[in-house]
Amino acid sequence: MLRTIFNFTLIASTIRLSTPLILAALGGLYSERGGVINIALEGIMLAGAFTAASVTVFSHNPWIGVLAAMAAGTLVALVHGLATIKYRADQVVSGTAINILFLGVPALLSGALFDSTGATPQLPREQVLPDFTVFASERSPLLASVFNQKPLVYLALLAVPATWYLLRKTRFGLRLRAVGENPEAADTAGVSVIKMRFTGVLISGALAALGGAYLSIGQNSLFTRNMTAGRGFIALAALIFGKWDPVGAFLACVLFGFAEAVAIRMQGTVNIPNQFIQLIPYVLTMVVLAGLIRRATPPRSLGVPYVKE
Amino acid sequence: MRNLLHELIFPVIAVLAAFLIGGLIVLAIGDNPIEVYWLLISSAFSFHDALGNFTFDNWGYTLFYATPLIFTGLAVALAFKCGLLNIGAEGQLYVGAFAAAWVGITFAKLPGVLLIPMAMAAAILAGAAWGAIPGVLKARFGSHEVINTIMLNFIAVGLLSYLTQRHYKAAGDPIMQTVEIAEQSHIARFHTFLAPFGIDFPQRIPLNFAFLLAILACVGVYFFLWRTKFGYEIRAVGSNPSAAEYGGINVRRQIVLAMALSGALAGMVGINEVLGYRHRYYHDFSANYGFTGIAVALLGRNHPLGIVLAAILFGALIRGGLFVDIFTDHVSKDLVQVLQAIIILFVATELLFRRLLIWRKA
Repeated sequence: MLRTIFNFTLIASTIRLSTPLILAALGGLYSERGGVINIALEGIMLAGAFTAASVTVFSHNPWIGVLAAMAAGTLVALVHGLATIKYRADQVVSGTAINILFLGVPALLSGALFDSTGATPQLPREQVLPDFTVFASERSPLLASVFNQKPLVYLALLAVPATWYLLRKTRFGLRLRAVGENPEAADTAGVSVIKMRFTGVLISGALAALGGAYLSIGQNSLFTRNMTAGRGFIALAALIFGKWDPVGAFLACVLFGFAEAVAIRMQGTVNIPNQFIQLIPYVLTMVVLAGLIRRATPPRSLGVPYVKE
Repeated sequence: MRNLLHELIFPVIAVLAAFLIGGLIVLAIGDNPIEVYWLLISSAFSFHDALGNFTFDNWGYTLFYATPLIFTGLAVALAFKCGLLNIGAEGQLYVGAFAAAWVGITFAKLPGVLLIPMAMAAAILAGAAWGAIPGVLKARFGSHEVINTIMLNFIAVGLLSYLTQRHYKAAGDPIMQTVEIAEQSHIARFHTFLAPFGIDFPQRIPLNFAFLLAILACVGVYFFLWRTKFGYEIRAVGSNPSAAEYGGINVRRQIVLAMALSGALAGMVGINEVLGYRHRYYHDFSANYGFTGIAVALLGRNHPLGIVLAAILFGALIRGGLFVDIFTDHVSKDLVQVLQAIIILFVATELLFRRLLIWRKA
């Protein structure tokens, strides 16, 4: 019984399901380490997913779709940044507004562009992001399937050490963390708090949108209404569960992706309700946030707008 | 008077600015914004239908859609007065609705005089309990209510979908909904209230007793917040927690109380939905009422009167949106969500408009 669930297919599926979470969670990390709460990840992912799919419909090239998604995500993040950093709007309220906005915008636009508010047209196989094999095995096609993934999967996996390095070993990372922890001190030391926070928020938009693009033109071949189905919030949960640390967030995403993969595999085989497995990320996050397992402490100035004296 | 004007000006600017941007979007999509807005407004507020005959439909449905928004708007506002952002109204209202349905199904043998108050109490208590969880977590462990309410929204939906699917669904029903509640647990619709006065308000319009409860809740929240000791203490915690603590107020208790009351108000949505409208729990019934409640509270400046007005505006958008969906060439009802979101963004960025106004003066 267990062997039908735990095998290479499960590993491959965990990797696939973790990827959008990793991209969005790392995105959230850049924003939140800089001091700006980003619960708009869900909305930005939707914006990215929709843009990637519809631009690919017109350009016939998924890579142009990916670039367009990143541009769209950055643009949405810019709105969040302007509202919260420049005009000091409540960060949670602005994020909520953006989430609501992108429940509506894709439907409105796809209704106008494609005459269907439910979905964008199905892309032909050759216009979806291709698989990229890093390890081929004649003997075990199942093992090989683990190493035959969309390019964005490898990008997500590379983004983890890259983010770790950027955050820990570079001047940029030091400054970003400084404006998230103690903006007054950073300002006194000559760091532009506003500029750093905008940078963090914009990077977060580009990464979360990549996560969305992976859903629409990587894993699937079209955009469907609300296709993220809460993944932006799971990414946020992973970010917290991983204590706002790139490696921690990555491991949390893999754990949550694994839970989802198991839930899918178990459908109909085991008599544990699917719903309960899907709730694991949310419950774990609440437990960790309360400090019942190990405490997760947010960046000290998270959520606090900076007003220059 | 000056004060009132001051309170009104930014919400009005925000709504107008949102309609302006929405109009540009409509134009870009290829419809005439003036026609779309006229359709939106007339189908929400007119007493005449397209053929010129008298009808209660427009106002009836607008107020019906406004009812849950009054509850969630009050819920968000009450928590906000305590310095808490309750974005969990969505989960709380689902739990409340399910609880009401559960009572209406389980105690189907009881007479209406018992069953209706019990079902209402269940909606209120279940919402309060679900709201109190993040309150307790905040008071006890200091964990942020925003994250916890988001998580609890998903947990509520997951648990209720399990309960509905495994235990309360009619056998073979393809729709995720429970069986019907007992007939005597239905609450009266406006048809029943207005018939004695010779007013023929159609029974099919689901505007019901819950709307009156919502207005009552507004009055109740007003008195609670501004006329009672507990209300005063909640507001004191909201404006300055450390000063409140120093002044001898039990801040932790007030946080739990505010979240529980906020959840109770959100749970009351279930009264409208289950006892007044569908007469069963339908999974996925909420058209984002919990999140729209944030818009309602912000636009209504966290004041019960403002909340009623804002809820009617958003109720009208939901009603009118259905017509926009059908009677325009390109624009869909999703325009309403876009307008809603832009209104929230603009209300939240009051500073932008303040700067624009000051810049004009200078």
